[in-house]
Amino acid sequence: MSGPSTYEPKTGFTRWMDQRLPIIRLGYDSFVDFPTPRNLNYWWTFGGILAIFLVIQIISGIVLAMHYVPHESMAFESLERIRRDVKFGWLIQSMHANGASFFFVAVYIHMFRGLYYGSYKAPREILWILGVVIYLLMMATGFMGYVLPWGQMSYWGAMVITNLIGALPFIGDAIREWLWGGFSVGQATLSRFFSLHYLLPFVIAAVVALHIWALHVPGNGNPVGIEPKSKKDTLPFHPFYTVKDGFAIIVYLIVFAAFVFFLPNVLGHADNFIPADPLSTPAHIVPEWYYLPFYAILRAITFDIGPIDAKLGGVIAMFGAILILFVLPWLDTSKVRSMRFRPVTRVFFILFVLACLGLGWCGAKNPDDLVFAIGHDAEGVATGFKFVWFAQLLTFYYFAYFLIVLPVMGLIEKPLDRPASIEAAVLGTAKA
Amino acid sequence: MTEQNGALGEHGQEPSRRDFIYIAATGAAAIGGGLAIWPFIDQMNPAADTLALGSIRVDVSTVTDGTEITVMWRGGPVFIRHRTQAMIDEARAVPLGDLPDEASRNLNAGMENASAADENRVLRPEYLIVKGNCTHLGCVPLGIGADTGDYDGWYCPCHGSHYDASARIRRGPAPENLPVPDYYFESETTVKIGLSPDEAAQSGWVAS
Repeated sequence: MSGPSTYEPKTGFTRWMDQRLPIIRLGYDSFVDFPTPRNLNYWWTFGGILAIFLVIQIISGIVLAMHYVPHESMAFESLERIRRDVKFGWLIQSMHANGASFFFVAVYIHMFRGLYYGSYKAPREILWILGVVIYLLMMATGFMGYVLPWGQMSYWGAMVITNLIGALPFIGDAIREWLWGGFSVGQATLSRFFSLHYLLPFVIAAVVALHIWALHVPGNGNPVGIEPKSKKDTLPFHPFYTVKDGFAIIVYLIVFAAFVFFLPNVLGHADNFIPADPLSTPAHIVPEWYYLPFYAILRAITFDIGPIDAKLGGVIAMFGAILILFVLPWLDTSKVRSMRFRPVTRVFFILFVLACLGLGWCGAKNPDDLVFAIGHDAEGVATGFKFVWFAQLLTFYYFAYFLIVLPVMGLIEKPLDRPASIEAAVLGTAKA
Repeated sequence: MTEQNGALGEHGQEPSRRDFIYIAATGAAAIGGGLAIWPFIDQMNPAADTLALGSIRVDVSTVTDGTEITVMWRGGPVFIRHRTQAMIDEARAVPLGDLPDEASRNLNAGMENASAADENRVLRPEYLIVKGNCTHLGCVPLGIGADTGDYDGWYCPCHGSHYDASARIRRGPAPENLPVPDYYFESETTVKIGLSPDEAAQSGWVAS
């Protein structure tokens, strides 16, 4: 798609086809002779891994829907039946549940890759924004999917998240009732979540197609962040990157298989093996691990900000933490894409990754638990640095990275010298 | 000005009949489209049978002094606490200024816009009847027999909200008092939850 097509149909059939629906040409230009920077490292293989996992989730999900019953008195039992009685149900259910986690691991690596190498910068802003749209759709899909087993964590996770909507002024209660389809999380909620959980992956697939289209107009970024200038800077996608991506996919699938077969429940929560009970709340409600950093940001706002009360403030901060990614291309003022040539900002980036991991840790803990203890109070209870304070600190850094570090560093940091071309960077011919 | 009638408008000099048709057709399509979408949005609101299942009858004779029960109403819990005189006195001794939420949060006739004084939270002082979802994020607070919190009411373990003996929020992230549903006593020992006496009379229910 970038550059003229080099496809030449060789047989009578392909010539005939090419004049009617040039789909073979599209595939050839996109995935065979597509010019790809020759210096892509393994961080660039996660796009392919994500495509594979979208397919795994859709296929395993379609199969599960053949056996699952979206009814509040049968959903839990039907899932246990899938795990025990349906032929290979234990395997397919485990693939689907663990597949969600591996999908999110890959998407987080993919996103951090984009942040580190400046993949969001011109001319790839739309490519990045489409990626954020996919991520939001993934979060919605994952959330609704986690409700379907109708265990205690499913039910109460849904209760807490839908109640967040009630924090909106004036219209919050009406919207919450509209989402529930009743006066509480119940049958109507389960049915619609099932319907939407089935729908959204196909919406994701459509946006992925746009994402790849937007990728193939400017072509791939690369680790040094300078555009290919000559044919020597690129390699054809096939066989070079089909093989590299294929190898990475196999390695990733091996780790995935280890979880599917030997640790099928380790990423889940024990409380979700208790059927949903609207009259009893689990002692400690936590979302799936991949939402923990945002859950920590939600709970970090414990204070009113002007007319905004703490509950609404937490909701705004949580959604703001994701929505800020939409404007990232215009917040980073540096023309230099790759952090390799931004030694100071690179340190801030590493701290940002650590802050995200730290927020995940906070999200899994009770806000009043201690990160570390300093002494005891009069009653002998340990006092010290609370997780909620740690989360507040990290939440501040999370937003500061986007709103202060990236805008300011682009103006004041002097970047290192960049190589003249991709070829020079790879082959060391630093003459140019 | 040599253009013929239709071409005049395209050049923007003077609105033509065709311009009017464009605007009218586009406007009608936009409004029609909006109206066509509405049924697909409104279908997600509670259905007629869900609304019709809105009331229950509870026998409170088994709830002895100083105990409480939790019943299921509209898919969620309702607390019915039979308060002792000491509990009532404690709730009524609280100055209104100590309450983060000073509204009654009571849907029953005459109490909708009242203050959060305990008198406005109950129909009979000995029976406190409130919805059992924390007003923070909807968890079910713990009560008598588990943990009544620092104000002898309910304690929500999710994020640490404390409610008092009138189920009013006293400390923690919850913004509002536990709401009081519509209810009335059909007899000394039977309470009807989800219906006011007026509504009951209209729908054929007879209040005694």
